[in-house]
Amino acid sequence: MIEINGVRKTYRSRRRTVVAVDDVNLTVGEGEIFGVVGRSGAGKSTLLRCANLLERPDAGTVTVDGVELTALGGRRLRDARHRIGMVHQHFALLSSRTVAGNVAFPMELTGVPRPERRARIAELLELVGLGDRADAYPAQLSGGQKQRVGIARALAVRPRVLLSDEATSALDPDTTASILELLRDLNKELGLTILLITHEMGVVKSICHSAAVMREGRFTESGEIPELLRRPGSELARGLFPLSAADAGPGETVLDVTVSGGGADEPLLAEVSRRFDLDLRILGGGVETLAATRAGRLRIAVPGAEITGPLDYLRSRGALVEVAS
Amino acid sequence: MSWPDLRDLLWEGIKETAWMVGVSTVLTAIGGLLIGVLLVLTARGGLLPARPVHAVLGLVVNVTRSLPFVILLVAIIPFTRALVGTTIGTTAAIVPLTIGAIPFFARLVETSIREVTPDVVAAAVAMGASRRQIVAKVLLREARPGLIAGLTITVVALLGYSALAGVVGGGGLGDLAIRYGYQRFETGVMVATVIVLIVFVQLVQSVGDLIVRLLSHD
Repeated sequence: MIEINGVRKTYRSRRRTVVAVDDVNLTVGEGEIFGVVGRSGAGKSTLLRCANLLERPDAGTVTVDGVELTALGGRRLRDARHRIGMVHQHFALLSSRTVAGNVAFPMELTGVPRPERRARIAELLELVGLGDRADAYPAQLSGGQKQRVGIARALAVRPRVLLSDEATSALDPDTTASILELLRDLNKELGLTILLITHEMGVVKSICHSAAVMREGRFTESGEIPELLRRPGSELARGLFPLSAADAGPGETVLDVTVSGGGADEPLLAEVSRRFDLDLRILGGGVETLAATRAGRLRIAVPGAEITGPLDYLRSRGALVEVAS
Repeated sequence: MSWPDLRDLLWEGIKETAWMVGVSTVLTAIGGLLIGVLLVLTARGGLLPARPVHAVLGLVVNVTRSLPFVILLVAIIPFTRALVGTTIGTTAAIVPLTIGAIPFFARLVETSIREVTPDVVAAAVAMGASRRQIVAKVLLREARPGLIAGLTITVVALLGYSALAGVVGGGGLGDLAIRYGYQRFETGVMVATVIVLIVFVQLVQSVGDLIVRLLSHD
């Protein structure tokens, strides 16, 4: 649905040249939620703005819904943009228009007739849970409500793709959860493809099917979440399940065990414990339901240094085991 | 001076001032909006970046604003003659008033539009809005309270400038105050004129403030 190929974007100031996006390849399948995580300044915002050509890449191609945007300009690019929704960190609502007026805006741009507009506004506000605030002005709304308006506006002209630029970063945790839930519902019910950028691992954890880590303009890793979790040394897996540093006792070996899919619900550790007659200690970790999968990551302490048996057994059961110390 | 005489003089002055200020306000609003929008659009990082245009426009605006109004009034006499066929009278005064006020209002328009957050403009671009749609539906619309506040300031400034219209026989309240009140020591006329001007300014400012309040939703 979204195909980004070899995209590069460089900013030149008087003295310095900054490569914001450096040869990034990215494919988001239809109906997929893809998250790009990274610190501020990693280039993820620029990458997202390249996806609808708010920034024109210096090199590479961007194709959305079968249309190669990088080959378009002027009117045809604007037409293509009508089919791509976008939500913004600071909502970017028109302060001079009511909630209904904001949702109407993209429909006015495309010339949707007034009666049809009115019906669609009611439908959308109902969808995002703001049916009773149609006549309010943005300044009268809370952050979460503003973002709901932002989402309703983005969906007004029935795009098949939604770009989300840190949509929850300005919101408190509870509101963040409710907005993410809304996005997940929209993804399920409308089959909406979502490309989002965020600096919060929690966002990836709760709604993304796939993710990429971005650093200094490049993807350092990328893939489907279950697959990333199984990848040794995955930064994303570490980010999703942070393990506190825990000291091994004398003669103990510390293992990080990552399980995903069905494995997360099996009594794997109990089996190891019985089979090898080991007293395992759990040092930290967790098991959670991610958007894509059930997954868990545990740091355990195994007595003794000779652990080949348990190690092989765990691996044979599909777990990723890394020796931490 | 007797009351009926004073009343007639004042009424004549009010009509002349209202005509001068009214017409030049309308023309200034149009010209100022046009130049203000162009200044924003052609600026670096604007929607239609064009540095030479921006530089020339900025220079013209600054030069016009640097000239004392009396000098401008006299300096453009040939232009006024070409435009309205005469260089004296109320209608002739409208030309320098407008030309003096357009750059002033243009700068106020520019500042108001710059207050519209780039975020909102980017959102409109992302939604596939054309430049024309962005100017009309986003920039001017979002900046409306600031534009009206700016226009209010401009009308009051025009009222001040119009006092000098007497130099070209433009008449009006300011001219009345100078000719009768100042030159003929008719303190009564002076005071009456000043009172009428105060009421004028108060009225303009109150109406302006009211509209701004109605348009603001922050």
